[in-house]
Amino acid sequence: MSELLVQHKEIVVPGQILAKGMDFFPSFGTYRRNEDIVANRLGLVNLDGKVIKTIPLSGTYLPKRGDTIIARVTDILMSGWRAAIYNSPYESMLMVKEASNDFIAKGADLRQYFDINEFFVAKITNVTSQKLVDLTVRGPGLRKLRGGTLISVNAHKVPRIIGKKGSMVSMIKDATGCRITVGQNGLIWILGEPKQEVIAIKAIKKIEQESFTSGLTDTMKQYLEEATGTKVEMKAKEDEVQQ
Amino acid sequence: MSYERPDGRKHEDLRPITAKAGVIKNATGSGYFKIGNTAAYAGVYGPQEMHPKFLQNPKGGVLRCTYNLLPFAGMGDRVRPGPSRRSKEISLVTEKSLLPVVDLSEYPNAVVDVFIELTETDAGSRCAGICAAAIALADAGIVMKDMVAAVSCGKVAGNVVVDLDYKEEAYEGEVADIPIAMVPSTGEITLLQMDGPVSEEELKQALEMVKPAIQQIVDAQNKAIRDSFGGVKK
Repeated sequence: MSELLVQHKEIVVPGQILAKGMDFFPSFGTYRRNEDIVANRLGLVNLDGKVIKTIPLSGTYLPKRGDTIIARVTDILMSGWRAAIYNSPYESMLMVKEASNDFIAKGADLRQYFDINEFFVAKITNVTSQKLVDLTVRGPGLRKLRGGTLISVNAHKVPRIIGKKGSMVSMIKDATGCRITVGQNGLIWILGEPKQEVIAIKAIKKIEQESFTSGLTDTMKQYLEEATGTKVEMKAKEDEVQQ
Repeated sequence: MSYERPDGRKHEDLRPITAKAGVIKNATGSGYFKIGNTAAYAGVYGPQEMHPKFLQNPKGGVLRCTYNLLPFAGMGDRVRPGPSRRSKEISLVTEKSLLPVVDLSEYPNAVVDVFIELTETDAGSRCAGICAAAIALADAGIVMKDMVAAVSCGKVAGNVVVDLDYKEEAYEGEVADIPIAMVPSTGEITLLQMDGPVSEEELKQALEMVKPAIQQIVDAQNKAIRDSFGGVKK
């Protein structure tokens, strides 16, 4: 007797009934009220068999273990650094032990490693229930950022900017010749020729704006070809929201 | 009893509604709600770090609402800016009317700021503010079990009517004004204030009359939210 009331990828609002009956199961962004499954936040419906979830479209970034983010040093303490996570209500900690592969002696001047206001790419190692966030910069691709441009986008559009297996971001990298690092918190670092950087930023903003449209990879390919005047090769022609 | 409303509406009719979402680009979420000549903007910022720190709640996020009239929003006289006794009370009841649906347990020590500004008022401003705030909260991706919609009802010249405008509120005889906020799916009442004499039967009748009006408002709110995202689609 179960009945599905929405389609895959439909936009749903809080309180909207997605399905009736006990044959479906609520997942992220939904809850069960009596026998119905109801959305509890704005998002796109994602149907996976009998499991219904919603993919958020807006909102701030909530730190999650394993995410790679871009953070800024706000304070230097005895045992490490305090860093601001952009687009998020919480701060993070980078311990001395996690800051370098080299040994940092006790009492060393920590500013030599990370000074206040410097940005770095880090991985979240732990998040407590009270949202105390621990970071590490020991790992591949994790480093201090020097030069380049930082832009901020909606953190929920990041999967779309990265694309499936990084297809979208590598397309922008190849087309513009820029180095790009995308943080899960919505901060994106771009380093390249000034003109190419501008093209990359415009491309990313375009993805952010048109993230709901289907066939976005093709649109972006065309856009980048027009902007750079060169042929863009696509590695993988897949256009799905990566979650 | 044939009471004619000043603008010719039927007793259960609402004034024309305009609702929009995403009107303030820098905000996490925003909403606009206009009913008749009462218009409210709401901007939601956060969840963000809460200051002053002593107001932080380690058990969950805090909802903080601010209701304000713009200086030109009154009917003739300039409204003095800043918090007043009236606006503080309305900020508080707005907060209380939204709290039952929002879930901020994922955001300890953080705050969600809701700023409600009214550009024009013609009675029912707290209701318009709540409607705009609900749109803004949903637009900001806050976890909510349902929407909230609010409308006033009351008694004018012995008749129970929905959505009073200023002319009716200022009616010379006996007037009762009852703003109501409701969670549409459960019928839960999250705000009910009473100003003026009403009998038990009349109140019950008013509550029944409000339900279809609330549903109508919720439909407008939901449409506004969907349109603001679907509008990008080509």
